[in-house]
Amino acid sequence: MTDTVLFQAFVYLTAAVLFVPVAKRAGLGAVLGYLIAGVIIGPWALGLVGQEGHSVMHFAEFGVVMMLFLVGLELRPALLWQMRRPILGLGGAQVVVCAALITGAALALGVAWKPAIAVGLIFSMSSTAIVLSTLAERGLLKTQGGQASFSVLLFQDIAVIPILAVFPLLAMAAPELVSTSSGDGEAAWVTGLKLLGAVGGVVIAGRFVVRPVFQFLAAVKLRESFTAAALLLVVGIALLMQQVGLSPALGTFVAGVVLADSEYRHELEADIEPFKGLLLGLFFISIGATIDLDLIVAEPLQIAGIVLGSMAIKLLALRALGRVFGLDRPSRWTLAFALAQVGEFAFVLLSFGVQSRIFSHEFAGPLVASVAISMVLSPLLFIALERWVLPRVAERAVERAQDEIAHADTPVVFAGYGRFGQMVGRMLRANRIPVTILDLDPEMVDVLGRLGVKAYYGDASRVDLLHAAGCAHAKLFVLAVDDKAEATKIAHAVRTHFPHLTILARCRDRPHYFELRALGIRHVYRETFGSAYETGIEALRQLGYRANTAHRLARKWRDHEERELEQLAGVWNTDRSAYFAGVRRAMDEAERLMREEDPVVYTERDAAWDNESLRADTRVDAAAAPVPPAEPS
Amino acid sequence: MTRRVLILFAHPVLERSRVNRKLLDAVRGLPDVTIHDLYEVYPTLGIDVAREQALLLDHDAIVFQHPFYWYSAPAILKEWQDLVLEHGWAYGAGGDKLRGKLTLNAVSTGGPEQAYRSDGYNRFSIRELLAPWDQTAHLCGMRFLAPFVVHAALKVAGTDELAAPRLAYRHVIEALRDDRLDVDRAMTATTLNAELAAVLTRVAQR
Repeated sequence: MTDTVLFQAFVYLTAAVLFVPVAKRAGLGAVLGYLIAGVIIGPWALGLVGQEGHSVMHFAEFGVVMMLFLVGLELRPALLWQMRRPILGLGGAQVVVCAALITGAALALGVAWKPAIAVGLIFSMSSTAIVLSTLAERGLLKTQGGQASFSVLLFQDIAVIPILAVFPLLAMAAPELVSTSSGDGEAAWVTGLKLLGAVGGVVIAGRFVVRPVFQFLAAVKLRESFTAAALLLVVGIALLMQQVGLSPALGTFVAGVVLADSEYRHELEADIEPFKGLLLGLFFISIGATIDLDLIVAEPLQIAGIVLGSMAIKLLALRALGRVFGLDRPSRWTLAFALAQVGEFAFVLLSFGVQSRIFSHEFAGPLVASVAISMVLSPLLFIALERWVLPRVAERAVERAQDEIAHADTPVVFAGYGRFGQMVGRMLRANRIPVTILDLDPEMVDVLGRLGVKAYYGDASRVDLLHAAGCAHAKLFVLAVDDKAEATKIAHAVRTHFPHLTILARCRDRPHYFELRALGIRHVYRETFGSAYETGIEALRQLGYRANTAHRLARKWRDHEERELEQLAGVWNTDRSAYFAGVRRAMDEAERLMREEDPVVYTERDAAWDNESLRADTRVDAAAAPVPPAEPS
Repeated sequence: MTRRVLILFAHPVLERSRVNRKLLDAVRGLPDVTIHDLYEVYPTLGIDVAREQALLLDHDAIVFQHPFYWYSAPAILKEWQDLVLEHGWAYGAGGDKLRGKLTLNAVSTGGPEQAYRSDGYNRFSIRELLAPWDQTAHLCGMRFLAPFVVHAALKVAGTDELAAPRLAYRHVIEALRDDRLDVDRAMTATTLNAELAAVLTRVAQR
């Protein structure tokens, strides 16, 4: 029974359903959950799946192919072109440097030079599957570090092709014994031509064949045939690439980029996404299941040495390269921690190395185990990165030297010039009011500089900096930083050292409002109030209220809201129980007010332009009675 | 000749109006008649001067339709006058942009017709009370026509009572547009509705 496909599917799906949510809840991430699930159902624990794990892995590798197709879909050609420097420069440097260092280490351990080079090349590769999944899961994919990691992975995908071509040359035995589809024995230019031809074919087909086909299918409106076509596209390209000996992942990536501009992008994404997710999960499980625990138990020190040694070398090399290529500190660490593991390409390359007789099966065994372990470790590295490394380097980043302020002498000083501050600042500058800007975000300061706005990098809670910014002579201090604690700190400093300055403060929420009011700041503005207010007015208008009425109702509500907030501010700091009583009263009051502002009731209460009483008057005696002269409609 | 007619409408709470809404409905959708609902466009009184002046230039007759609040117009029309009728544009040196255009007020009052007499409790006639509008038009070189008035708006109960004024208003606006209005007569009349037949006859006789 254990051999049936259904039973296998049952085991894999159960493992995924049981372990992944648990791992995710525990903060370990889905990838690690899959890997652990694999180990548990594998031959060395429960033994629910046996040696066929390898073939499952081979099948599941298709998830990686699909993932790169999806990554390609997200990446328009123009965007890819923008990334050419990190891809070729950083990616190329990574492969060369890591391969050289690991080769050197292998040589130092007494490995012959040919297998040493092979191992160096193999171990320079990282895991596209694990890194991209984890980066996406942790929301790091769009960061500078994430983008750099992606660039390197893309280069590695390309680099597999020449590596496969080089391997036969490293063989200890005669290369003609080896027969694979990788183009060995061919001249380099033939391989190059094939590569260009295949990629060119995918680009042209993507432009001129795939679009009309999808157009037709979309017109027919058969959902499943569209899905089938999307899968066919990915499978077909993968097959074509395998035929010419290229990486299927690279081929589908190119196809994805070609289709990134097409109108079917989102549909393709939606169709492929679930397949990718399941297959990737299967892939991770099968990696977990193929870990040879016997070997690890037999040779713990050797394998630990290989894993830690190779990962340490890669980590340090990547960090240094990140610095050379101008990444900021957090990005350097992200890149280094993300790509330190050895990737799934290593499984393919190691077995190819054995086939090519570069090294023996016995030599490859511990290496395969080390690769698997390094892949299991990499989600843990991500956790370490997020918990301990990034918070520290992020704080360090603040230590950029504070800018020298020449001699600021403007009537207005800004602390924080992001989304909020900029709007206020632009309004002032439009009226030719000069402002001095302090911001704690070095990127923002640089961007402003490029826009021709002079901003100074620095911590606005420091009194010397406030002096330099001209606070002694300024009239107004606009406090618009978005960090609550930072804002309060700055407000305190300004109130203490420059009591004459009027502060206009942005606040995040009610507690922050009270905090700033307690510091004696009279003008505190809730940052989302303005836009919510406008939205409320427009909502009333859309519901059929006249513009003028909607505005009057909104103003009335706002006045009430502000009065309540002021009253609560009075008790916030002194008497917490009075505060909560106040909030309860305010809520009741607001509810009552809302009921009264029901249009029917409201019209009877609001005395503006009211003529009901007049109407009553005129009914009594039209001509003779001296009617109050507010005249009616 | 066709005159383009601009109705500058001001009512702060149109949803509670009895007369003005009906009057407005009577002229809604007429060709070459533009209705410009000021309170709806400028609920915060932020009047767009350039837009208003362009509208004025684009029309030949300007009708101010509004309730007769405190013997004048709702606040937005005062704001409109203050901002739009610029020196050098509407009056003063070079201020000839409105010259020759026709203008009138179409108003609703709470009091009955007899209240707007020297012996009534409002003591002045509507025309007398409209003196500032008259003079404003005069200064701008416009021809100020007698007002269109619906009296005792508070007592108007149903649609039936408004049938006559609605029809009359529509006739006035159409006559204004189609040049079927005796302008000289209209300038001297007490109200347009009182002398409707006489004001409209000229062209009818032709």
